[in-house]
Amino acid sequence: MTEAGNGNKVCRSGILIYTVLGLWGLSTIFPFAWVLLNSFKASAEVLNSSFALPETWILDNYVTAFSRMNIGTAYRNSLIISGSVTAGVVLLSAMLAFALTRYRFAGRRLVNALLAASLMFPVFSTIIPVYRMMIRAGLLGTKLAVILPHIAGNLSFATIVMVGFMKTVPIDMEEAAYMEGAHVFQVFGRIIVPLCKASLSTVAIFSFLWSYNDLFVQKIMIRDNTKYPISNLLETISSQYGTDFGLMAASVTLIVLPVLLVYMVLQKNIIKGLTAGAIKG
Amino acid sequence: MLYKKKWPALLFVLPGLLFLLIFLYLPFLENIRNSLYNMKAVVELPGSAWKFIGLKNYRRLLWDPDLRTAIGNTLKMMALTVVFEVGFAFVLAVLVSNVKRLQQAFRTVYFFPVVISATAIGLMFKLFYNYNGGMLNQLLNAVGKEPVNWLSPARAFGMVAVPILWSYIGFYFVILLTGLSDISEDIYEAASIDGCGRGRQVFYITLPMMKPVFATCVTLAVTGALKVFDLPWVIVPNGAPQGLTHFLGTYMYQQTFGLNDYDYGSALAFMIVVMGVVAAGVVGFFTREREV
Repeated sequence: MTEAGNGNKVCRSGILIYTVLGLWGLSTIFPFAWVLLNSFKASAEVLNSSFALPETWILDNYVTAFSRMNIGTAYRNSLIISGSVTAGVVLLSAMLAFALTRYRFAGRRLVNALLAASLMFPVFSTIIPVYRMMIRAGLLGTKLAVILPHIAGNLSFATIVMVGFMKTVPIDMEEAAYMEGAHVFQVFGRIIVPLCKASLSTVAIFSFLWSYNDLFVQKIMIRDNTKYPISNLLETISSQYGTDFGLMAASVTLIVLPVLLVYMVLQKNIIKGLTAGAIKG
Repeated sequence: MLYKKKWPALLFVLPGLLFLLIFLYLPFLENIRNSLYNMKAVVELPGSAWKFIGLKNYRRLLWDPDLRTAIGNTLKMMALTVVFEVGFAFVLAVLVSNVKRLQQAFRTVYFFPVVISATAIGLMFKLFYNYNGGMLNQLLNAVGKEPVNWLSPARAFGMVAVPILWSYIGFYFVILLTGLSDISEDIYEAASIDGCGRGRQVFYITLPMMKPVFATCVTLAVTGALKVFDLPWVIVPNGAPQGLTHFLGTYMYQQTFGLNDYDYGSALAFMIVVMGVVAAGVVGFFTREREV
């Protein structure tokens, strides 16, 4: 009797818990689903019946996004920028972490302190002088003007993550390789980098996403709309074509979809990458 | 043995260190210097040399009503993130850790908005808030109510805060869930043998053991609120309406790159750093005190 009652209670609270969790899940999925659905409608139809399936499924919004808004070019620009940022951050942070964990040299503590303190500088606090620097170097409007500050913005945190990991890598293999005649650069390239693959991919993921999603630096450094990366283009669409609901829905879909696909494949790594630092290991 | 020769260390450190110095430290220092000058043009040209004006920009900070709104909004955002984002994420994390099935699915779904750019989320919410045929007004229309101006002066701040909070709950959820799973099952078992129920376990075991994780979350939430830019900029550019939705980041951007007031922008930027250091210090002080 009591046992049955107990089971009932557990069951009922279980249903309640699943309902709450399910509702929140729905709140995260529903907005994206709504946008996807409406991207296949003409703007007038979005205005009147945004919850119904499209009367006729049209691709006009996507055609406009590619032909008039050049979203394809924006993708290419974003991939070049974020790809370079990722490569730069991965390489430089691995090198820094290698030196900081394997060598005892004068100034090591200073470098560590500089890295930790720079986490306190938000991008706002350096952007005006960097902007001036880019103007004087004639780089304003180029991809490099975005890439360089993006690398600098991610480097400290990436290095701190890498130092945390490299510390735990035992030094024996490196010593053994040295005995067999390998020099430091071979040890770094053939032993350290392969051993750190997991944490390097963590670093790669957050650098890439951070750079890909950033609007602030892109907005300041690139003013020519034929050179816009994706966030910049989206913001322009939002401010200039804000009444074209179909185009806006298609643009959001186009920026979300590739990220969604990558997320489905790499979700474990991505979640780990973006929460790195907050969670140990 | 391998690392006895020191010179390679220099080669490994130098490129990264130069990056830090050239793109972070020197600009940071230059920014402070710039804030003390009247920057007539962003790059000094012959004939338009900058004049030293001392703390004039900092005095202006004190009497700037729009800045007061921006600071107020940022502080409100800090409080909201701590209470709603971290708080609600904790509720979700406790619930998920109590169910057996679908744990992984919930993680995947909740975290997804974190991956999406704030620009895209802002655009999406613009579609929801639009007066003429936005999603929310269509819903109101369906139940026979008058449409609402969602971005009116009275509502705008709340309407901008919602997507900021919504999109990052999954982030704190994952951190807190990981923290929860680090608490050993034995403690809970011992507690239930001693007759401590599920609800009380949360208060007497989970919350105290999670303090360090909460400290991390609160620090991230508070410093994160200082960096808010993309979302409000896309939904309500230039602090629309009437500068009421300005945050520190959007206000600094507007002053600097909208109104070309580079020296005042520099002072604002430095103020944001100071506020960040103070905020992190305050959070650190409180969390450290309690751990002892």
